[in-house]
Amino acid sequence: MKFGVLIFPGSNCEHDAYHAVRKVLGQPAEFIWHQSTDLRDCQAIIVPGGFSYGDYLRTGAIARFSPVMGAVRRFADRGGLVLGICNGFQILLETGLLPGAMLRNRGLKYVCQQVSIRVENVRIPFTALAREGDVWTIPIGHMEGNYTLDAESLRSLERNRQVVFRYCAADGEITAGANPNGSVANVAGICNARGNVLGMMPHPERASEPLLGSEDGVRLFQSMIRSRS
Amino acid sequence: MKAKVFVSLKKSVLDPQGKTIHHSLQNIGFGKITEVRQGKFFEIDFDSELTRKEVQAEVEKIARDVLTNPVIEEFSYRIE
Repeated sequence: MKFGVLIFPGSNCEHDAYHAVRKVLGQPAEFIWHQSTDLRDCQAIIVPGGFSYGDYLRTGAIARFSPVMGAVRRFADRGGLVLGICNGFQILLETGLLPGAMLRNRGLKYVCQQVSIRVENVRIPFTALAREGDVWTIPIGHMEGNYTLDAESLRSLERNRQVVFRYCAADGEITAGANPNGSVANVAGICNARGNVLGMMPHPERASEPLLGSEDGVRLFQSMIRSRS
Repeated sequence: MKAKVFVSLKKSVLDPQGKTIHHSLQNIGFGKITEVRQGKFFEIDFDSELTRKEVQAEVEKIARDVLTNPVIEEFSYRIE
């Protein structure tokens, strides 16, 4: 499966994502500059983490207007796989490909740590190789990961099984203490109704080799690859 | 013509920064404050050829489409 990794001015996780899919998973991959509108026959697009446009105005707010995001929107509309990680998730929210918005972390601090997340939905291409209730150890690193959404939209999100990952304790229990940023319903990652666009604050590319302390992120990439083979 | 745009979090959205500022103000003796909300302020200068009505239309579009995220924020503005 050919992966395209977007680069915005201020992105800083694009090489990690590229390394994970190219070197760890052995898939063809290519960088795509934010000014491009050509996704070069990629079968999956990764919107990487970082600080696109310095996070000025709001996280992801300026990146949303990049030429490449128009192409990504058309790609997603056709059913293409789009994975937004951290700032990439924030960009997908601003673009409207995913519902909701991010607020500053409840504790107002940048949070950088390993977290446990529970896999809540395994019927989408991104988690097809996981079992429901699996607990993954994956790091986060963000200041604006406090996901919010009005009560009615949250109910619809839950009803459609669009919450894909939740912050949890090591044993999988969803507790307030396991929530690192104040995110509503412990949300760590969500998908669109169709299941082909996923946004998540944890970084699967930083959990893709034993040296990094966890390989749980590999299962996400493997699931994506399997879904299209 | 100049537009002043104020962006703030909706009342229904928790404002952790405003809350922290509120607590700090209380701690240094400003005990009669009931709430603090933090927001953003933009000054936008427009070409002098535009009419007030045109500026108003532009400001509303800019504030709605770019300066705010309608999920969490609202805006007000003044034209001078």
